[in-house]
Amino acid sequence: MTLRSHQAEQPERREPRAFEARPAQQAQRCRVRFSKLGKIRFTSHRDVARIWERALRRAELPIAYTEGYTPRPKLSFGLALSTGYESHGEYLDIALREASGRVELNELPRRLAAALPEGIEVQAVVALPEGAESLQQAVTSCTWHIDVGAALPAAVAHAMAAALAAPELVVTRQRKGRSVTDDVRPAILSAEVLGGTTIEADLATQPRGLRPAEFLAAIDPTWRAARVTRISQWTQVGGARREVIDLPRAATPPPHAEVRAS
Amino acid sequence: MDFVWTQLEPHLADVEKPARYIGLELGAQRPEHGPGTVSWLLTYPDTYEIGLPNQGLQILYEILNERDDAVAERAYAPWGDLEGVMRRERIPLFSVDTHRAAGDFDVLAFNLSAELTYTNLLNCIDLAGIPVRAAERRPDHPLVAAGGHCTYNPEPLADFLDFVVIGDGEEVVSEITEVLAAWKASGRTAGSRAAVLRELTRIDGVYVPSMYEVDYDGPAIRAIRPRYPDVPERVEKRTIADLAAWPYPRRQLVPLTEVVHDRLNVEVFRGCTRGCRFCQAGMITRPVRERPADQVRTMVADGLRRTGYDEVALTSLSTADFSGIESVVRGIVDDPSTCGQVSVSLPSLRVDAFTVGIAAQIQKARRTGLTFAPEAGTWRMRQIINKLIREEDLYGAVTSAFSQGWRRVKLYFLTGLPSETDEDTLGIHELARNCVEIGRTYTKGVSVKASVGGFVPKPFTPFQWFGQNTVDELHRKVGLLRDATRRSKGLQLTWHDPKATLVEGLASRGDRRLGPVIEQVWRRGGTFQEWSEHFRLDLWLEAMADHGLDLEWYVYRHRTEAEVLPWDHISAGLHKDFLWQDWQDALAEVGLPDCRWTPCYDCGACTGYGIEHVVASAVAPAGGSQGTGQDLSTGHLPGTSVPVELRSRRLVGASR
Repeated sequence: MTLRSHQAEQPERREPRAFEARPAQQAQRCRVRFSKLGKIRFTSHRDVARIWERALRRAELPIAYTEGYTPRPKLSFGLALSTGYESHGEYLDIALREASGRVELNELPRRLAAALPEGIEVQAVVALPEGAESLQQAVTSCTWHIDVGAALPAAVAHAMAAALAAPELVVTRQRKGRSVTDDVRPAILSAEVLGGTTIEADLATQPRGLRPAEFLAAIDPTWRAARVTRISQWTQVGGARREVIDLPRAATPPPHAEVRAS
Repeated sequence: MDFVWTQLEPHLADVEKPARYIGLELGAQRPEHGPGTVSWLLTYPDTYEIGLPNQGLQILYEILNERDDAVAERAYAPWGDLEGVMRRERIPLFSVDTHRAAGDFDVLAFNLSAELTYTNLLNCIDLAGIPVRAAERRPDHPLVAAGGHCTYNPEPLADFLDFVVIGDGEEVVSEITEVLAAWKASGRTAGSRAAVLRELTRIDGVYVPSMYEVDYDGPAIRAIRPRYPDVPERVEKRTIADLAAWPYPRRQLVPLTEVVHDRLNVEVFRGCTRGCRFCQAGMITRPVRERPADQVRTMVADGLRRTGYDEVALTSLSTADFSGIESVVRGIVDDPSTCGQVSVSLPSLRVDAFTVGIAAQIQKARRTGLTFAPEAGTWRMRQIINKLIREEDLYGAVTSAFSQGWRRVKLYFLTGLPSETDEDTLGIHELARNCVEIGRTYTKGVSVKASVGGFVPKPFTPFQWFGQNTVDELHRKVGLLRDATRRSKGLQLTWHDPKATLVEGLASRGDRRLGPVIEQVWRRGGTFQEWSEHFRLDLWLEAMADHGLDLEWYVYRHRTEAEVLPWDHISAGLHKDFLWQDWQDALAEVGLPDCRWTPCYDCGACTGYGIEHVVASAVAPAGGSQGTGQDLSTGHLPGTSVPVELRSRRLVGASR
């Protein structure tokens, strides 16, 4: 390690920028719906955040930054997607800078397509009104497709029926480093076997959420998910559920058309 | 050709950081393989996080893929969890670009930057389904090659490598490709493997270990000779004369997951003539070849725009020496198109106030830490190693840093240097403690971290004849420093494991007889040896004993002038008598100024290859340390005002 001195590194540092002085730097906020499919599903939630930061800079979008000595782009992501899971509906809120003039939102999917890696595709962009709920607050449940893989189809159907018929499903799971034992049955809003070993389940994200892996463990602890795909994220509007951003019918991907990278 | 992906995919959810194995980076290529193209698998024998940023592999990746007759993909060593899956499920080593099996390539080419990765190299060859020993390979196996700084002594790996590249790879990869294209077109028939390897020996900079024979005289080497008259007696390194002709990487890879040095890297010059005697990189990469400042500016601007990075490193062995460094740095920081969101890092700071001035331009806010490498604790020792930094330079740099708002300073040192006394070792503590004192006059929260590494003598340096300190001796010296620093507030000491230093020393100056040792360590599970949690000294000691080899001979003894060194048939351009004279000067405590701005010493690196330094500035940088514009008659100039009052020079040990 005698050459180490030549790699003597310096910690990252940034200058405060001139526009920090301006009070209101964001004039425009937008919400992006995107997919995460294929090989790129093995990137983590943090990786995806970094990928977006760089893609937005590559697309030369005027992103608003936080103030202070280490300015960060003002991006807020919705519910984290576990590493290895795919999704037909992920969300991201972006704050744009005022000084830059208005950005044409219709153009964004095209501008971002070139800057994003294969497997992440912008499906829709909408303007976000002032005071809109954050993604974390807005989303109340998600629809998942969970392929149990190695289990026998008949066994999947049987175990599902038995579990859902029970008045409660008490499981012990880890929450913030602690073991918590509770009834997860209320968090299963609906669940059915789509065919084979694939289950479609609507799982609540609040008040107490249930993750796909925990859902499987509650039904049969020996099951392992071979493939998990988030199909939709739902929000409540006037007593009815709606997707956070609805896609035109034709653009909605059929649930089993699994786009694979190369 | 997604064969490996379908096998791999079901297991990726079960391994740590699976994004390391998916490819898809910005800049990644998916080249079309075909009978008319030579396929290279460029492999880094360590994890993706460490290997991906390697600039050497990225440069070759682009150059090869630009050619019509070549394709290149990349591979990295799988971490242990995935390796277990691969061995269980019979999944071969694969490229991350198209997930093609390593065995389907024509060449498996490794970058070797660290000796402790040698067992990983064997593991990668084995995972590729290729016999680890070159002699056992058949015509249908890929050729196994290596390049990088460690290959200046390729002998410990002679049994495993079909061919080795010495020096800059930019030009020679194309020459090799042309030879291999003809071989591939001829159908790689039985017996053609030896013929194509012999053909490769005609290319300057290519070394084929199997074409050489080593005669021993007991433990010593009597001679290293080519087996055939048409094979050169000495293999000269390759040097590209003009860095401006190679503005690579043009499309630096931007990973999707976290890696080291995750930023835009622009190489501002190659080579260094500071002449630090411990530094192999500085010796083997001579002469200095600067990239024109305008090209640097263009590469930075284009690179930032294309990658979306918000940080750029200007890389070289001593970036503050780059002609016009101040204007280049100011240009990047003040560029209106980046809105001031880009930060610049200089990965190797020189120890002086000038350099801190540059750092201050870059880091106008949140000045938390700066790193310097004085390398040794006393002026006597720094003359011996030719790191000509006076105490004033260091204290000036540190004063400048603390007075401008930095609060943390990190200092790199070596211990176990030639003729080092305990006073020299403890000088490390004294320098560091004085830096703390300087800091205290500016800030309360001062922190000085001294990092100490055990010195490993390297081939093609004046210290190649020096007997490395034993593990016990290094432990003792580290112990001295620990005792001394224990009661120094604001001063922290960290050190490199002397046991790992031993194995680095073994591989650094070893010969062919180490092949079976490396193989045995690998077979018994000794991979990822540069990761402290995986390092297994017992495996190395056991293998040395099993093969009747002596650590004393290989690591600890001083070499004599007449001795045949295991790398004598390789040439880095440096005359052996220049290195010997420099070794004698070192022992006489005589320093040697930088030859960029002073007359030539005829080390051989320029004259031997008919090339010259390419340096835009005819004069040394103002205020630069290390023999540029300073009186070096003493390390401690009388009458010069020292920035703050310092403690008297006395031995720390004696003061307790």
